[in-house]
Amino acid sequence: MPKLTINGREIDFKQGQTVIEAAKDNGIEIPHYCWHPSLSVSGNCRVCLVELEKMPKLVIACSTLAAEGMVVHTQSEKTLQARNAVMEFLLINHPLDCPICDEAGECKLQEYAFDHGYGESRFDEMKNRKEKRVALGPRIMFDGDRCISCSRCIRFSDEIAKATQLTFVQRGDRVTIKTFPGEEFDNPYTLNTVDICPVGALTSRDFRFKARVWDMSETKTICPGCSRGCNIEMWVRNNEILRLTPRENLEVNEYWMCDWGRLNTFKFVNARNRIDGALIRENEVITKVSVEEGISKTAQAIQKYKASQIAFLGSAFATCEDNFSLAKFAKESFSANNIDFIRYVDETNQDDILIKPDKTPNTLGAKSTGIKPGNSGLNIHEIFSEIKKGNIKALFVMEDNPAAISDDYKNALKKLELLIVLSVNENETTELADIVLPAAAYAEKNGTFINFEGRLQRIRPAVVTQNMERSLDGMSMSRLDKFGTKYDSWASGHRVDAQPSWKLISMLSQKLGGKINYQTAEDVFDDLVKSNKEFSGLDYDIIGEKGTQLDSFIKVKETV
Amino acid sequence: MAVKRRKNDLNILEKLYIPEIAKGMALTLKNMFRPRVTMQYPEVKFDPPASYRGRPVLVEEPETGERCVACGLCSRVCPALAIEVQAAETDREKERYPEKFEINMIRCIFCGFCEEVCPEEAIVMSKDYELVYTNRQDAIYGKDKLLVPVEELQDRLDYLRNFK
Repeated sequence: MPKLTINGREIDFKQGQTVIEAAKDNGIEIPHYCWHPSLSVSGNCRVCLVELEKMPKLVIACSTLAAEGMVVHTQSEKTLQARNAVMEFLLINHPLDCPICDEAGECKLQEYAFDHGYGESRFDEMKNRKEKRVALGPRIMFDGDRCISCSRCIRFSDEIAKATQLTFVQRGDRVTIKTFPGEEFDNPYTLNTVDICPVGALTSRDFRFKARVWDMSETKTICPGCSRGCNIEMWVRNNEILRLTPRENLEVNEYWMCDWGRLNTFKFVNARNRIDGALIRENEVITKVSVEEGISKTAQAIQKYKASQIAFLGSAFATCEDNFSLAKFAKESFSANNIDFIRYVDETNQDDILIKPDKTPNTLGAKSTGIKPGNSGLNIHEIFSEIKKGNIKALFVMEDNPAAISDDYKNALKKLELLIVLSVNENETTELADIVLPAAAYAEKNGTFINFEGRLQRIRPAVVTQNMERSLDGMSMSRLDKFGTKYDSWASGHRVDAQPSWKLISMLSQKLGGKINYQTAEDVFDDLVKSNKEFSGLDYDIIGEKGTQLDSFIKVKETV
Repeated sequence: MAVKRRKNDLNILEKLYIPEIAKGMALTLKNMFRPRVTMQYPEVKFDPPASYRGRPVLVEEPETGERCVACGLCSRVCPALAIEVQAAETDREKERYPEKFEINMIRCIFCGFCEEVCPEEAIVMSKDYELVYTNRQDAIYGKDKLLVPVEELQDRLDYLRNFK
């Protein structure tokens, strides 16, 4: 491998890499605004200037190809001076409105001004004023004053989102960013520009002014919006999810996620219509009881049904752990074979970037953990036609909403003698249910999803339910979580009385004298590993933060 | 056991005590004719100087309302985590305002950091020292109690101009 020297350290690089890429691969940070690893090189911010020996002038590290024997200095006197000068230039017209800027706390300009700036301004004249608070699109707000014209958003739209909607106008000292005439900045990926904007020029209209970044905790988890399984960070303050941002995983989503997933996959967790404690219908009167009582009632009601009279619905929205527990429970306590789950596939809503037609995060997971009809068992369509015929009298639904699929399904559900639903929110199915048990949402439990190409990825709890404790459960904690007491309104956000589905099923199995007895999601996963070859050799630590490709699905990966 | 002499053992005059008692009485007598500093609180109220750090309040402008832009710096700097701010958007030029601004007076330690960090001179220490509450909930002061017209705080604002 060819070698070059940076700050006296000899490092390897791949032919064709630029200096900044070679440095990044070896853990040496060269400051940059306009350069982004997956966008084209623009070279306009000039903050990555470095000194090359035998070159008369400084060069920008982002567009200089690394070459054998090159000697680079990123901390020399000359480089530091140039960096200071660039910072001073960028700050000339940048407003001092960090206190009201959403980017403050995660702003590159702030960070570099602190690291590489002079610390004081020599500029006495009036700052340039540009348009503020321009709605570029339905989800994006633009502040011209703050923009440092790095063109990351423009290049992102062109190259990644494949939607040429933004451009520089009035080039010169009045340069600003606009959409093309008659266009709106409304492609399905616009909110990524908020993440890559090094300053607070682009802000999310959904998250605008909701919270300061230093008040939130961040948790590494997975977006459940479709079978892509984008890696995300979940930002929580006072037990309420406030935003999602994508997390780097070059194997799955690179650095991006779609706007739909970002805005629509967390609000139901905060929603007021959560199932909070178990609900029981007796003589058409619905009463709220504790989870334990709900479990006992469920056990009483369900035990009289034979394998042929009962059906179980797993869910591609639930984790592998939940589905595995359900399949095991159905088999162990009822020897049931009527077990399946509902597919949500929308061929019209997909693209070649991230969005997949399968709108659930865990279809492969549900399949491979045993949510499929057993010997001569019924599949999903047959289950509903048998319900209509009256042959199946009891249905156990986990984290799904079959009543919303069609009126046909809804009418079928009305014919049941017993409908038990494990649900996160109130919905059409819970309205018909005899017993509703509160299931924890994906943001409140540990677990795993398998994405469309067979990649097993971990989700982690970011929101606490009543029987969880942030510090004891090893969850991410913000400053407010660490120091708040139950008397502080900013630390005592509502906690739902819910349990992960695997836990509810485990409790139910205990009541029915079964053998399933799990204490943690990891227990369930370990049991799954023991009983299923596809998962052999895995544990939560091996899956790690970026997931692991399951060997048995490599063929799946090659065909998609 | 040998008696140890101390450096400042009393001399004969001091051992008599009488001159010392006379000296003490003289001091007492002198103070009887000095101006009194004791106040008949609560009938008489103490009027603190501008440098006094009473409870923190929000400055209210006559036309535009609160100066606060809900940046949350006071909340961040507060060593006792007494301040909670929730920002929201307004149509006015300053873009944001505090939808909710609460100071938990049980937590507050009157350090004045909030005032010092405020970029808008919107939160200042007032002269109010009478803070009474009988339960935890009453000790949380919302915007209704925190907003004080700017005229009443002129003293403090002038003081900050001169000495901050």
